[in-house]
Amino acid sequence: MAIKSLEELRELRKSLQNTLKQRESAVGQNDQIELLVGMGTCGIAAGARDTYQALMDVTHQRGLDNVRIISVGCIGSCTMEPTVEIHMPGREALIYGKITKKRVAQLVDDVLINNGYLDDNLLIKSFQKAVT
Amino acid sequence: MTERMTILVCGGTGCIALESNEIIAALKEKLADVGLTEEIRIIRTGCFGFCGQGPIIKLQPDNITYVQVGVEDVNEIVDEHIVKGRIVERLLYVNPRTEELVKTSEEMDFYKKEYRIALRNLGLINPEDILEYIAMKGYEALAVCLNERTPEDVVQLIKDSKLRGRGGGGFSTGLKWELTAREESDEKYIICNADEGDPGAFMDRSILEGDPHSVLEAMAIGGYATGANIGIVYIRAEYPLAYKRLQIALSQAREYGFLGKNIFDSGFDFDVEIRLGAGAFVCGEETALINSVMGRRGEPTKKPPYPSVSGFRGKPTSVNNVETLANIVPILLNGPEWFSSIGTDTSKGTKVFALAGKINNVGLVEVPMGTTLREIIFDIGGGIIGGKEFKAVQTGGPSGGVITKEDLDTPIDYESLKAIGSMMGSGGMIVLDEDDDMVELAKFYLDFTQDESCGKCTPCRVGTKRLHEILDRLTRMEGSPEDLDLLEDLSYNIKYSALCGLGQTAPNPVLSTMKYFRSEYDAYAYRTKRIAFKIIEDKCIGCTKCARVCPVACIEGSPKRPHVIDEADCIACGACYDACPVDAIERP
Repeated sequence: MAIKSLEELRELRKSLQNTLKQRESAVGQNDQIELLVGMGTCGIAAGARDTYQALMDVTHQRGLDNVRIISVGCIGSCTMEPTVEIHMPGREALIYGKITKKRVAQLVDDVLINNGYLDDNLLIKSFQKAVT
Repeated sequence: MTERMTILVCGGTGCIALESNEIIAALKEKLADVGLTEEIRIIRTGCFGFCGQGPIIKLQPDNITYVQVGVEDVNEIVDEHIVKGRIVERLLYVNPRTEELVKTSEEMDFYKKEYRIALRNLGLINPEDILEYIAMKGYEALAVCLNERTPEDVVQLIKDSKLRGRGGGGFSTGLKWELTAREESDEKYIICNADEGDPGAFMDRSILEGDPHSVLEAMAIGGYATGANIGIVYIRAEYPLAYKRLQIALSQAREYGFLGKNIFDSGFDFDVEIRLGAGAFVCGEETALINSVMGRRGEPTKKPPYPSVSGFRGKPTSVNNVETLANIVPILLNGPEWFSSIGTDTSKGTKVFALAGKINNVGLVEVPMGTTLREIIFDIGGGIIGGKEFKAVQTGGPSGGVITKEDLDTPIDYESLKAIGSMMGSGGMIVLDEDDDMVELAKFYLDFTQDESCGKCTPCRVGTKRLHEILDRLTRMEGSPEDLDLLEDLSYNIKYSALCGLGQTAPNPVLSTMKYFRSEYDAYAYRTKRIAFKIIEDKCIGCTKCARVCPVACIEGSPKRPHVIDEADCIACGACYDACPVDAIERP
């Protein structure tokens, strides 16, 4: 499907707006939960593949069908890998660090199901970014 | 049940030292008193990063941040804010410039220290899905360039932005494109240099892994601006994940028609191929890189002619670093004025630094040019591991030098780093603490450069080998004071006579450490450096623990009597130091 004009490209972007709106505004809006797993080399070396797999298994077991798990690049907090950024409806986006596969079940239960926080694993995201 | 409010208390090392654990205990007690335990949740978080204002407390969902909170403030926070909903103004952060009260962390200048341009999409989009890149305005800059701007316009925009090469040299990117564009030729090329080799630097890898399309789009724009129809990504074979994601990105971009024939119906053709490097440091030098792409030995050639005149296959070629390319799209989308408003007089925009070594927050940071080293290392980087003393930071990889405590407040840009004897390089920062030996550090870098020297020119091939030999002799306590003069003399000779950048800069780690840490070199040269551990007689209780762990059995003594280390046999491994229960052992 080749795109041949700027208008077509903008049209396509418009149709994709909802998928990224939540992530850009960093506050969950629709009822979709998004889990962004840092899957750069540092993340994978720290076990992000296992974390990713465990997130799929656990969310499936708990019957959560509104969860999307997305692999993304490295956010720069390499010491805290594997990182999982959580976007939930109506809640501020937060990043959790050192989420190895052992911590996954607790993360899902405490944060996704009980709408709480996971103590000791919370990271603060603190940067500005070029808005394009 | 769901709590109505959450209190986030900073549990970083800095804030714990300032009693944040006691604050948590006091909060719990106070909340129990007023019967709100069920409704309010307290969480100890990781470091907020703004340690100078610690301990920091953030109340959610109100999004109010209190700074420099003490145990004595707990009652007021609970009574006023939590029970009555009134903000405790005296605990808010005061903006030092405007003297206004700041309620949220987002408004604090500190949190604006990091500014992501090259890393803008990292950790946000799925790098293997082109639709997510398109949703972030991906490929719009390319479409606008091809349909609404001439190649000259594009070159001018990049020149106006004052973007400079992020691979180390700091040459104007716009000028580089203009020099290539100016040449008349039937074929031209644009090469992306992804042969990232400085020890400790990994920003290029992260960008290719996390946002490969931004590099591909920038290459197509660069191709249009310079008149090239073929782009080549030269990437190290040691980066398999970046290679894989780049391949996926390439095939998706072709599928959508962003690469290939007649892009956006403009008549412009452009495609990209990937070449794997075989892992030679010198191939990051552009002429050596071009030789390697052509299947020749990765050796540099003399400049001029510059690649912009005669590069790949003898045709005009522009070689740009990954991070440089990652800046192109935001510049075109937001305008050159936006970009040149960030940074210092001579260096615009941001720079990504890879923090490594004895620093708490190892990782990548992107800050505006002009940020000081102190801000990067202590505020963003979280300071030195174990609270040890900062000694120096090594920047610029094997071509750079060390920066000491005295220069921590220098605003960083290309010129200021050069002025203090180091260089920007690709942005690797290796932080050293009080335990690090600067002569050993210089030896490590010389070991690296003599290993990576391609062997084409004598000063580099033989010179770095000799430098390494002298350093090795010194660290084995077999050197002499004359060695120091020889070291310096040889360093300057190599600097002024080597063929390419690798050789010319190889002695920098030696010259820079000699300049700032001459006494450490003297201690080796005059053989006055103590290398053995020592037991303080008065403190030793004769527990025999040290003697039992010593791997070379050089500790003597009978139980309950002071022990003695045989200094001639000690290998300074530190096992006894760690084993001693009463701190009776002194480091050398």
